[in-house]
Amino acid sequence: MTETKTDFGTCPRLLEVSNLSTSFSAGTKQLRAVDDVSFHVNEGEVLGIVGESGSGKSITLRSIIGLSRRYGQVSGEVNWQGNNLVTMPERDLRKIRGKDIAMIFQEPMSSLNPLLTVGLQIGENLTEHTDLDKRGRKNRAIELLEMVGIPDAVNRLNDYPHQFSGGMRQRVMIAIALASNPKLLLADEPTTALDVTIQKQILKLILDLSKDLGMAVILVTHDLGVAAQTCDRLAVMYGGKLVETGNTREVLRAPQHRYTMGLLKSVPENIEPRTQLYSLPGTPPSLLNLPLGCAFAPRCAHAVDECSRAKPPLVGDAHQVACFNPVNQGQTPIGAA
Amino acid sequence: MSSISYFISRLLQIIPTFLIVMVIIFMLVRALPGDPAIAMADAKATAEQLEQIRQRLGLNEPIWVQFGLFVKNTLTGNLGDSILLKAPVTEVIFERLPASGFLALYSVLFSLLIAGPLAFVAALNRNGWIDITIRSAFQIGLSTPVFYIGLILLTFLAAKMRWFPVGGYGATFWEHMHHLLLPALTVALYTSAIIMRNLRSSVIEVVDAEYVQFARAKGLPEHIILGRHVLRNALISTVTLLGLSIGNLMSGTLVTETVFAVPGVGRLMLDAIFARDYPLIQGLTLTFAVLVSIIFLLTDMIQAMLDPRLRVS
Ligand SMILES: Nc1ncnc2c1ncn2[C@@H]1O[C@H](COP(=O)(O)OP(=O)(O)OP(=O)(O)O)[C@@H](O)[C@H]1O
Ligand code: SF4
Ligand SMILES: [Mg+2]
Repeated sequence: MTETKTDFGTCPRLLEVSNLSTSFSAGTKQLRAVDDVSFHVNEGEVLGIVGESGSGKSITLRSIIGLSRRYGQVSGEVNWQGNNLVTMPERDLRKIRGKDIAMIFQEPMSSLNPLLTVGLQIGENLTEHTDLDKRGRKNRAIELLEMVGIPDAVNRLNDYPHQFSGGMRQRVMIAIALASNPKLLLADEPTTALDVTIQKQILKLILDLSKDLGMAVILVTHDLGVAAQTCDRLAVMYGGKLVETGNTREVLRAPQHRYTMGLLKSVPENIEPRTQLYSLPGTPPSLLNLPLGCAFAPRCAHAVDECSRAKPPLVGDAHQVACFNPVNQGQTPIGAA
Repeated sequence: MSSISYFISRLLQIIPTFLIVMVIIFMLVRALPGDPAIAMADAKATAEQLEQIRQRLGLNEPIWVQFGLFVKNTLTGNLGDSILLKAPVTEVIFERLPASGFLALYSVLFSLLIAGPLAFVAALNRNGWIDITIRSAFQIGLSTPVFYIGLILLTFLAAKMRWFPVGGYGATFWEHMHHLLLPALTVALYTSAIIMRNLRSSVIEVVDAEYVQFARAKGLPEHIILGRHVLRNALISTVTLLGLSIGNLMSGTLVTETVFAVPGVGRLMLDAIFARDYPLIQGLTLTFAVLVSIIFLLTDMIQAMLDPRLRVS
């Protein structure tokens, strides 16, 4: 999957996110869930966003389609076909949401309305974004359910969400998201809530669909194994900031940020069997009490003086890293982390 | 199919409740000191009349036979004669029921019309000045006694301005609407405060739910998000509350019927109590028990209609 995606310069950019920040007021303080994040998505590619719980992955996705601005302040730019979605009025943004840019939520159990039939929940998307008549919508809904692998789709349109299992609900959500052929799918941990075999099926489904329909995907996950198998490029988030981005293979083979390195070492597949499993020391930072400098500093074994003084900027071209003392293959004496 | 079996099972559940109510009512008169027949009769009743009542109640028989007789009499609508009105209890009650029913429905309608939109506006502007104003206004409504509000409306709009009659019920539908407008409003001011408070908090709970966000992510217009995704879910707990506050509604109706001289069962109950008209009190208590059961059944049905998860048998 990664072989064709090395030359980023020539790939047309589908989405360009620049200096995106989202903060919520928490009492008297401001909680910065997304802090000055910039990245892009090329047409048809799968971009992975990885990071620990609370690092701001979901809020990043929600900020892209304007779901977060009801709850907090969003600034920066989200460039979509020459328009800035951050400042776009709700009325116009609504025509892009669910049509060109669709989103799958993290929680299949709570993301479908328990009181409405699955058919209606697919249909209302079609009503909004297509010219199909009632019958056309019904046929399309059946087609979508079949596409995501729901058996006996014809007879399930009148069923309610509680009549589906978690995995099936996730498929329904994917069907809803795909209803009007989006160009970009924001998939927020589409598999975390499911058991392992179903995880694999759902991921495969999303990737197959992406390939068949030429749809770009931003796949949020905190599973590096999943990211390695599915994503063309990776963006690593920590404490609301992007700390490393680049080609999946490069990021995973030669991680430069200390946090990425730590994450990789804590993946069981990466180490010898029966050796003690490494886990990152400490806990994810509280976004309300971020250190002045690098957010990872309190947990970083390689911090230098500068780390506690200033925030490291994200630098580099294809492979970007925000670290004052990166894992720089031989250049730093601390070397192999 | 499952709706019907649900309905039937729900209907069967009423039977034990009803038996308990019957036992209580049965005991009530028999727990009074002295001869129940005297309690159930006019003070000027002749020995002959008393004997007749004893026969009907089976007072000379063992207690379980008496209870059997009571159940039989109740089911056949033979509840004796009202001491106060000198007419069969069943007849008296059925004569008064329509006015009360009209008033109750009228006030529920008012409550929903008042509480629904305001609860939504308040919830969507949570803690803003609109929300605070609405909540304070309803707080006043909640803490003012029903009869007081009724008296104020009666004094100004009916007695002074003469826009409304000061009592009665009228003969036609539109006359009912006119006569009962102030009484219904009086009851509604109280019940709507309860509904508004509950609906507001359930809207607040629902409006940030993941499925609402997901609906928004689909690009649906706001009126569909609110009407289809928020309202229905928020209504579920409000319907329960509406059912549970039937007690409030009934006591509110009772007071209001008295203040506005509405010829309903609420006022009848009050009269019966003051006159110690035991047969009538018994009959009315039974009627209220039936009504409450029906209301609970109805709210359950509405809930099952709204929430498919309740429909699984
Ligand atoms: N509406 C809100 N108001 C205040 N804080 C919020 C709000 N929504 C999210 N947050 C905070 O923003 C931070 C980032 O949340 P986010 O959901 O993006 O994390 P995440 O990376 O998706 O984590 P996870 O892997 O657990 O899903 C969290 O600390 C969360 O508490
Ligand atoms: S900037 Fe400093 S503290 Fe942060 S990860 Fe790099 S070395 Fe560690
Ligand atoms: Mg998340």
